[in-house]
Amino acid sequence: MGSQGGFYQSKEFLDLVKSIGEARSKAEEDRIVLGEIDTLKRRISEPDIPKRKMKEYIIRLVYVEMLGHDASFGYIHAVKMTHDDSLLVKRTGYLAVTLFLNEDHDLIILIVNTIQKDLKSDNYLVVCAALNAVCKLINEETIPAVLPQVVELLAHPKEAVRKKAIMGFHRFYQKSPSSVSHLVSNFRKRLCDNDPGVMGATLCPLFDLITIDVNSYKDLVISFVSILKQVAERRLPKAYDYHQMPAPFIQIKLLKILALLGSGDKQASENMYTVVGDIFRKCDSSSNIGNAVLYECICCVSSIYPNPKLLESAADAISRFLKSDSHNLRYMGIDALGRLIKISPEIAEQHQLAVIDCLEDPDDTLKRKTFELLYKMTKPTNVEVIVDRMIDYMISINDNHYKTEIASRCVELAEQFAPSNQWFIQTMNKVFEHAGDLVNIKVAHNLMRLIAEGFGEDDDTADSQLRSSAVDSYLHILSEPKLPSVFLQVICWVLGEYGTADGKYSASFITGKLCDVAEAYSNDDTVKAYAVTALMKIYAFEITAGRKVDMLPECQSLMEEFLASHSTDLQQRAYELQAVIGLDAHAVESIMPSDASCEDIEVDKALSFLNDYIQDSIEKGAQPYIPESERSGMLNISKFRNQDHHEASSHGLRFEAYELPKQTVQSRIPPASLASTELVPVPEPMYVSESYPTTTVSSASSDAGSTELKLRLDGVQKKWGRQTHSPATSTSSTTSQKTVNGITQVDGSNTSNSRTRETYESRKQQVEITPEKQKLAASLFGGSSKTEKKPATGHKISKSSSYMVEKSHVPKSSMEIASEKKAPIQQPPDLLDFGEPTVQSNAPSVDPFKELEGLLEPTTEVASAKNHSSTAAATKSPDIMGLYTETPAGIHNKDDGDILSGLSNPPGTHMLGGTTRTQVAQSSKGPNLKDSLQKDALVRQMGVTPSSPNPILFKDLLG
Amino acid sequence: MIKAVMVMNTQGKTRLAKFYEYLPVEKQQELIRGVFAVLCSRAENVSNFIDAESIFGLDSRLVYKHFATLYFVFVFDSSENELAVLDLIQVFVETLDRCFKNVCELDVVFNYSKVHTILDVMIFGGQVVETSSSEIMKAVEEISKLEAASNSIALIPKSASGWRSR
Repeated sequence: MGSQGGFYQSKEFLDLVKSIGEARSKAEEDRIVLGEIDTLKRRISEPDIPKRKMKEYIIRLVYVEMLGHDASFGYIHAVKMTHDDSLLVKRTGYLAVTLFLNEDHDLIILIVNTIQKDLKSDNYLVVCAALNAVCKLINEETIPAVLPQVVELLAHPKEAVRKKAIMGFHRFYQKSPSSVSHLVSNFRKRLCDNDPGVMGATLCPLFDLITIDVNSYKDLVISFVSILKQVAERRLPKAYDYHQMPAPFIQIKLLKILALLGSGDKQASENMYTVVGDIFRKCDSSSNIGNAVLYECICCVSSIYPNPKLLESAADAISRFLKSDSHNLRYMGIDALGRLIKISPEIAEQHQLAVIDCLEDPDDTLKRKTFELLYKMTKPTNVEVIVDRMIDYMISINDNHYKTEIASRCVELAEQFAPSNQWFIQTMNKVFEHAGDLVNIKVAHNLMRLIAEGFGEDDDTADSQLRSSAVDSYLHILSEPKLPSVFLQVICWVLGEYGTADGKYSASFITGKLCDVAEAYSNDDTVKAYAVTALMKIYAFEITAGRKVDMLPECQSLMEEFLASHSTDLQQRAYELQAVIGLDAHAVESIMPSDASCEDIEVDKALSFLNDYIQDSIEKGAQPYIPESERSGMLNISKFRNQDHHEASSHGLRFEAYELPKQTVQSRIPPASLASTELVPVPEPMYVSESYPTTTVSSASSDAGSTELKLRLDGVQKKWGRQTHSPATSTSSTTSQKTVNGITQVDGSNTSNSRTRETYESRKQQVEITPEKQKLAASLFGGSSKTEKKPATGHKISKSSSYMVEKSHVPKSSMEIASEKKAPIQQPPDLLDFGEPTVQSNAPSVDPFKELEGLLEPTTEVASAKNHSSTAAATKSPDIMGLYTETPAGIHNKDDGDILSGLSNPPGTHMLGGTTRTQVAQSSKGPNLKDSLQKDALVRQMGVTPSSPNPILFKDLLG
Repeated sequence: MIKAVMVMNTQGKTRLAKFYEYLPVEKQQELIRGVFAVLCSRAENVSNFIDAESIFGLDSRLVYKHFATLYFVFVFDSSENELAVLDLIQVFVETLDRCFKNVCELDVVFNYSKVHTILDVMIFGGQVVETSSSEIMKAVEEISKLEAASNSIALIPKSASGWRSR
């Protein structure tokens, strides 16, 4: 049976294949193959092997390598075979090298010459074999060596050669577009080739070219359309018919190209309508290939400028696909539906049942495709059902790659369309629990922020309910054996912040749990760090509440372990915890205020809280500080220092006479140098000893009286770089000025100094202005950017923290005031008394109906959604104003607080910063946005009340 | 473009593997194993398409067809149409069948280089260049004839370009 091909096979090879086929285990197979490799190694290097034997050895090598074993010892023999005269041997050689080598292999250099020669051969099969190798083995550097021949072959009389030359040329273009860019027009020429095979092959590179640059090929639309028409009218040779379809593969390629060319181009698209319509009619939907063409038509129709008639045909075809029993066709149908709903979303409705069927289908591929479709058609009305489905599916699969993808899709949809915060948290919990290590850490931070911010409309109930339910669920989840690290971080954080907040659980219970976490996941430093900080918070809250803190023994031992931890972060946290526990209630409260995670910590970069201290010091005679950039001649110093180093290094090695560095010294030291007595021999002492200059300086500065001397000193001292800033030279005005934050200087003797100070002062003023400007900008643009963003995203979580950074300039106290103001307004029960009539009157009027019917009508939904956004915008403007007016007060408060905390307990502030700040940085939000979003969420909650086990699934999904 | 063509039997033994982008041998084996693992887990009467992104990286699809003891697997990117590739497999198998008269697994094993020849006529550099089974047959037969001729000549004397005189 094996000999029918006419190829010579030896008994040995048959035996090898047979024994491998009969091998029971991988080990047995490996043993056989290794034995074969040994044999081949021996045989192949024997002298004077007959060619056909050699050919067989090479084929066996290829076979061995296909089974995953190294056959590199034989590569050189394969290369040698390509040089052979015999066609059979040569072709085998080429086959082997294309399978063995890659374009960057060292042996390629031995082949290029052969390829060049073979491309010129009279025998077209030799040329084909060489072109095969060209395609696989020529890299960017070797393209020029073969390019002329390949271009020549584009006009070869044999169509097989032309075809391969086109593809080889295409390969060059893929590898290095620049090297063949001047020849790209050849592809267009080949489109008119007499042979349909060559024309069809040309479509491949053209498709690539058009994908990259549509516009320069618009002129070909007419040609493509006429080719497609001819193909559809069966003008091609019968040989190209496949299952009674005329050249379907060419049709598919053409339709793909037309889809690219017609995308967003009405004029081009109009040329295509007739022919695409024809194909729709002519396609035989009973054969597989007919459906392939139909599917490509749908893709084309959904890509080009829409035409109602064609869309109708496409919708018909889709419904035929979806009604089919074949999984393949349903798969294509779902895919096509996903394309078409972008243009006409309404067609999804008629296929509800089919879509649900596909979702329940045991076929994984089909299921995934359907999820992709659902993802595309998610709306606020159906998000719950879809995400629930996705999570269920996510739990059921093991494929990490797809799990990650579907988890991120769940998160994305939940962020975008979440109907309520509670739902969002629950969803996130599920995602974390089942795919925790696969989701982005940002998602965890979002979740923490949401829990921290809560709904806000009812501080005492809804908010704490949410939190205690979160705490409850987390305590429950903790009992499960292996949780993802990210999720544990969230749990620790929430337990730390709110574990004891509602009084349901005692501090010792929560701390015990936290210790358990830290112990159970002892090789995860991040989780441990979160746990320690959570412990610190719990203890801090206990101390603040006036209760006595009893550290559990296990907690104590944990702390001891951490105090000696190799992780500096853990160690620091442990020490901080110790320090906090030792403080009194008042101090602890200012370090760790209860439920303050949402409040901004303002970083006072100017360190203004130190002003008093500095003033004191300066009055006591300390030198003011000058920032490095303001120090006069700083640039020169650094320049000089470089030079200095350079010289020093060169001189450090040689001891013979050196040339005077005339130019440099002259340029630095003013010509009329009076103090030259001491300073002229500058270069010499410098090389003699390092300490010498210091003494010189100090002596010089001790008699510092005349400014002139100092000026000269100036120049010289710079030469010695570092020493100039040593305390010994403190009186030398040029170098030792210290200015601290705009405190008026004591020393003003030097003119150049005063000048620098002026500039410094003016700059300082600018610096003082900017924070206020920033605040203004933040409150104005931050607010406006939010109003813009809001309707688009529709949910507070989806905010990126990009503008949060700006926002953090808003003082914390003003936030507090603002949020306090907001809170009472938002008491929900009497909605009608609200200041914002539109939302409130709307929401309740819709609500009862919905609750009664348990149904949602899309139209009212949309209307109320619109209301949300408009009222959100409306409520925002007063907030911005309020924020702005309150700002100054906020600043003062803030400063005072900072001085206190900054001076009294620096470790404390640091502790806060340690973990809380990282979250705060993300969670920091202006009150206006927060409140409006909360309102939004509230209205949604009332309007959208989701009845969880929804009987009307399709309505939800597709309505 | 087509990224890879594989033929493996139902026990996971590779019968043919051709990658149109260079991959080291170990990587090829890993991919083949990955593909086989997925194929094994597929039930009967499900679709012939598999989302191959987890095995082959972004933008890759996989179409397979099961014939007797062999899986024919084509891996390709979004520039191809799944149904069309399914038919391409059909063309490939039909051609093999014509070539070997009732093709079976052993034909593929023993006529390794011929199967490669057929594939090379169909797919060149990752692009489908010939889809007509009879055209492929014609080309392959011509190659076989020429090779056989050159082979017999090469076996008798060691003439430099014997095949040219054909």
